[in-house]
Amino acid sequence: MKADHLLYPTPKGLYCERGGFYIDPVQPVERALITHGHADHARAGHGAVLATRQTLDIMAVRYGEAFCQTPEEAPLGKAMRIGDVTVHFHPAGHVLGSAQIAVEAEGLRIVVSGDYKRRRDATCLPFEPVPCDVFITEATFGLPVFHHPDDAGEIGKLLTSLRQFPERAHLVGAYALGKAQRVIILLREAGYNAPIFIHGALTKLCDYYQAQGIDLGALEPATITGRDKSAFAGRVIIGPPSAFADKWARRFPDPMAVFASGWMLVRQRARQRGVELPIVISDHCDWAELTATIAELRPGEVWVTHGREEALVRWCELQGIAARPLHLVGYDDEGE
Amino acid sequence: MQAFAELLDRLVLTPQRNAKIRLMADYFRTTPDPDRGYALAAIAGTLDIAAVKPALLRQLMLERMDPILFQYSYDYVGDLAETISLVWEAVEPEDAQVADLSLGAVIHRLQSAGRADVRGLVRDLLDRLDGSARYAFLKLITGSMRIGVSARLVKQALAEMGGVEAGEIETLWHGLSPPYLSLFAWLEGHSERPALSMPAVFHAVMLATPVAEGDLTNLDPKDYAAEWKWDGIRVQLANLDGTRRLYSRSGDDISAAFPDILEAVNFEGIIDGELLVGGTARTNRATRTFSDLQQRLNRKTVTHKTIEDYPAFVRGYDLLFSREGDLRALPFSERRTALAGLIEEASPTHFDLSPLVPFASWEEIDRLRTAPPDPVIEGIMLKRWDSPYLAGRAKGPWFKWKREPFNVDAVLMYAQRGHGKRSSYYSDFTFGVWTTSEGKDMLVPVGKAYFGFTDAELEILDRYVRNNTIERFGPVRSVKATPDHGFVLEIAFEGINRSSRHKSGVAMRFPRIARLRADKLPRDADRLETLLAMIPAGAHDDIDG
Repeated sequence: MKADHLLYPTPKGLYCERGGFYIDPVQPVERALITHGHADHARAGHGAVLATRQTLDIMAVRYGEAFCQTPEEAPLGKAMRIGDVTVHFHPAGHVLGSAQIAVEAEGLRIVVSGDYKRRRDATCLPFEPVPCDVFITEATFGLPVFHHPDDAGEIGKLLTSLRQFPERAHLVGAYALGKAQRVIILLREAGYNAPIFIHGALTKLCDYYQAQGIDLGALEPATITGRDKSAFAGRVIIGPPSAFADKWARRFPDPMAVFASGWMLVRQRARQRGVELPIVISDHCDWAELTATIAELRPGEVWVTHGREEALVRWCELQGIAARPLHLVGYDDEGE
Repeated sequence: MQAFAELLDRLVLTPQRNAKIRLMADYFRTTPDPDRGYALAAIAGTLDIAAVKPALLRQLMLERMDPILFQYSYDYVGDLAETISLVWEAVEPEDAQVADLSLGAVIHRLQSAGRADVRGLVRDLLDRLDGSARYAFLKLITGSMRIGVSARLVKQALAEMGGVEAGEIETLWHGLSPPYLSLFAWLEGHSERPALSMPAVFHAVMLATPVAEGDLTNLDPKDYAAEWKWDGIRVQLANLDGTRRLYSRSGDDISAAFPDILEAVNFEGIIDGELLVGGTARTNRATRTFSDLQQRLNRKTVTHKTIEDYPAFVRGYDLLFSREGDLRALPFSERRTALAGLIEEASPTHFDLSPLVPFASWEEIDRLRTAPPDPVIEGIMLKRWDSPYLAGRAKGPWFKWKREPFNVDAVLMYAQRGHGKRSSYYSDFTFGVWTTSEGKDMLVPVGKAYFGFTDAELEILDRYVRNNTIERFGPVRSVKATPDHGFVLEIAFEGINRSSRHKSGVAMRFPRIARLRADKLPRDADRLETLLAMIPAGAHDDIDG
């Protein structure tokens, strides 16, 4: 059987005809397999959804209990028969609950990475390399410019700035699922024990992480009620990046715009967003990790999706690995 | 080097003026000589090191990297120095030193290297420096800091550091040179103020504000003088106590490129004027275009032939200082009279006086503005007769009123991701107008624009592109554009010519997006015939696009 008979791109997303399901579909479908809870991968309104327990929980937190008709849990590593194919979920190391999905039929195995990373993250299980014939990799940071520095050094910049500008509120932009909790854990690991203030949009997800046994320390709502504005001077406030352009940010004294993202490696990206202190922390592989993963797996073929497909395809060609871009539409290729 | 690199990174991203001053003053306080002096020179643009050509950097890069992967990276980042600093895979030097290489040491190695050694030296330094230091180093050797700090601002940081007036630094500035040991010694109170060796210093220029709707309604035309706004560059020419200098509007000393003008100065004082190429009004020969003037700009030296082919002159606007002293507090009318007298006596081929434009009403000046008598005029200046010469851009005393560009309504057809700070945005837009082909109406692309819109408008365009993509080709998306569904853009441009290189047969000059016309349907957009009718009679194919 040819690999592109087992899985192929359609306008609704990656489709497996033999199993009758889509992986991370971008439109409502009858049966969806979901890699992780980020909004461009996990959408509401499907019929049946198969995902890890935590991804199902996260979808319920974000969209309400009725996010689909039939939620079904996929235990990690367990073989599941769907139609004429066998499916396994394996940890992807991206965010809490994130999984790669392996689809097998007639001895051919395709692994869909979803989003993944290779470096340590205290908030989720590490990526598990799964041997396969075809590896479908994301390429969010699929350009040789992306060499993400050490996390501890980046968090150190934030701690230095807190000492250097004690009169300013440090507003850290971080995506609500995964990044925010990781920044908090990294601060705690660096010995920062003061309460961290969070935007309302993070509350439910942080509560969920805490309930899953991930200790985020003392968190307080970043509300001004009953508080003097100056109470936020020299404090860390974490919120979704969009909130900083909002009136919300005006409540803080002389706010310093900090943004935790892999994109912050490129100075112009930081400047474009009005970020004063860029913190390069990513939940995706950087270039070195992407290429090392492909070299490690040595799949027969690599398909590249959402992100900068061209460069990774080129790299594979130079290594003598067959590769092609999938050109899936609908994923936020800027997502981080 | 690390401290300098961190300073640059912080300066680039710090918007507040005062915070920038604080960052620089702190750096100057905590960094030893001569590093801080070299940093000052690098920021102020006075550092003299042989510039390394981008071509050499590219070659060094391609010794180690696949050219296609490099191209993808460069397209994404948009800045050569930054791209190389990010993609450079360091090969550990044999005598790997852990110690941070100082800025002074780097400059010293650069200044003492022979031409033949440059290649090896740059490669070696790229290997020895890491991340942001590599970026700072590349910015230094390519001579393009562009960190959002003007020479004036860094002088203010020096003033802040030493507790002196910025004007004092300004007065001393041109008499000092890197690494500015005497300046720092004085600022730290270890020695006397350095002796002033050059009196002809730059004085901040007076700028005009654009005329906005209603600005003139309550103003009396009799209070204002009108002059043409010439399309050259604004300069300040000083000759005091035997020192002659020509400065650009921002205070850069451009004397070396204009020996012809400096030699011709026969008056003492400081004048404000427009630097142009061609003949003065007094010689009755034509003023030449900005592209001719460009032949003389950004040069360290100039050949006799260039001077002959592109003779430069100054069209006088104002007089700041005369032999008698500071005139800036006098009204414009008096300064202008003094300037006229001075120019009357000056070399007729190198100096003329910007003529006044007589007018009786705002309507009349509006008409003159749109149909100026000379192609090198880009609009009108309005100056209050009683205005003193004030540094900066105050609203009221001086206005500028540019001639209107051409306008058409076109339909968005393709969008491409931008470069640099726009690399996450679809910010390069190809637009088209309607034409008839085989009896059917279809859109034909007529140009591409990547500016003219506000940040908020860019958000709207970017969102539209993402939500209405019908096809993707690498970084380019084609968007939905039918008579009833699409995005109409009002395009402004400076001129239009026939072009055999474009499918539409026309090429616009400086097209830009003037307005988003969400109120219009694509079927209301202009037709190619409208554009063809705008082509001036006798216009030929454009040569350089």
